[in-house]
Amino acid sequence: MAGLAPIAEADRNAAGTAALSELEKRLLDEYQHGFPLSPRPYRDIARQIDSDETTVIAALDRLTRAGLISRVGAVVTPHKAGWSTLAAMAVPPRRLEQVADLVSSYPEVNHNYERAHRLNLWFVVTGTDVLHVRSVLKAIEARSGLAVLDLPLVEAYRLDLGFPLQWD
Amino acid sequence: MNAPAGTPSPRTLDPLDRLIVVATQAGLPLSPRPYLSVAEQIGSTEEEVLTRVRHMLADGVIRRIGAVPNHYALGYRANGMSVWNVPDARAGELGRRVGALAFVTHCYRRPRHPPLWPYNLFAMVHGKSRDEVEEKVRQIAALLNADDLGHDVLYSTRVLKKTGLRIADKEEKPCSA
Repeated sequence: MAGLAPIAEADRNAAGTAALSELEKRLLDEYQHGFPLSPRPYRDIARQIDSDETTVIAALDRLTRAGLISRVGAVVTPHKAGWSTLAAMAVPPRRLEQVADLVSSYPEVNHNYERAHRLNLWFVVTGTDVLHVRSVLKAIEARSGLAVLDLPLVEAYRLDLGFPLQWD
Repeated sequence: MNAPAGTPSPRTLDPLDRLIVVATQAGLPLSPRPYLSVAEQIGSTEEEVLTRVRHMLADGVIRRIGAVPNHYALGYRANGMSVWNVPDARAGELGRRVGALAFVTHCYRRPRHPPLWPYNLFAMVHGKSRDEVEEKVRQIAALLNADDLGHDVLYSTRVLKKTGLRIADKEEKPCSA
């Protein structure tokens, strides 16, 4: 886990976008979805964008190492293969580090953000089913002595299907 | 804009599907035959992995496969979760309209928890600055007009944990630490 790294630290780790090659920008723009389902996907991408397999793999490796992409992989649809919820807690500021560490220690928690609000800790819990997810929320409540708001998705109007990036 | 996803229905995955989802969402190997690597890792074949991934994409279990951008590192420094109190009877129609805005990356209806949490519509807005996010939030407010019964924008101030969204393994137990 990332620990309590301030955002500024992630900032320093990122290479920034100014130094990106045209190839890297195209990979970011055009391959947020539609990754080829073939035995040699990187070669197929290379053919589509007039490059070669080794160069494409190296570019994706650089983007990953620079932290500009978190991975090349599958994004699953919420509630299609298990259950997940968005949870929020109002944590007294002096206890924030301790409670954030407790929350992050659960493998079922994959995103955990501090947000500027009375409800200052927001995290996503995923599990095999609703009972599994609720058991995690109950355990966090019991161990922290604080209430956890359970805000599961009721209806999705827009799923994350990639994001048009603006290069300036 | 893609078709609204509607209310998802759970689907039962068999153990091999589950292993494939866990392996592919963690990140495909950056080697010439990534599906073969995944197959070797989970004791299957390249063809079986490819076939099942195709089926899970067709069924919507897997939403997409590709490069997952880190918005923050790409310069989208302001990550604003805008939350809205809209009339329940209008939430579906309004959610679809807000979700159709190009700058909204996620748009979900979620339950209220009054009085602490009166909001029932969430729209995630990424921008390169808070000014940019606020301008976009004003666009959402203008679209909702009289149906905006109250809203707020919650900015993330620290990323405390971020790993790929993953479904848990059947065997995975809650952390005892």
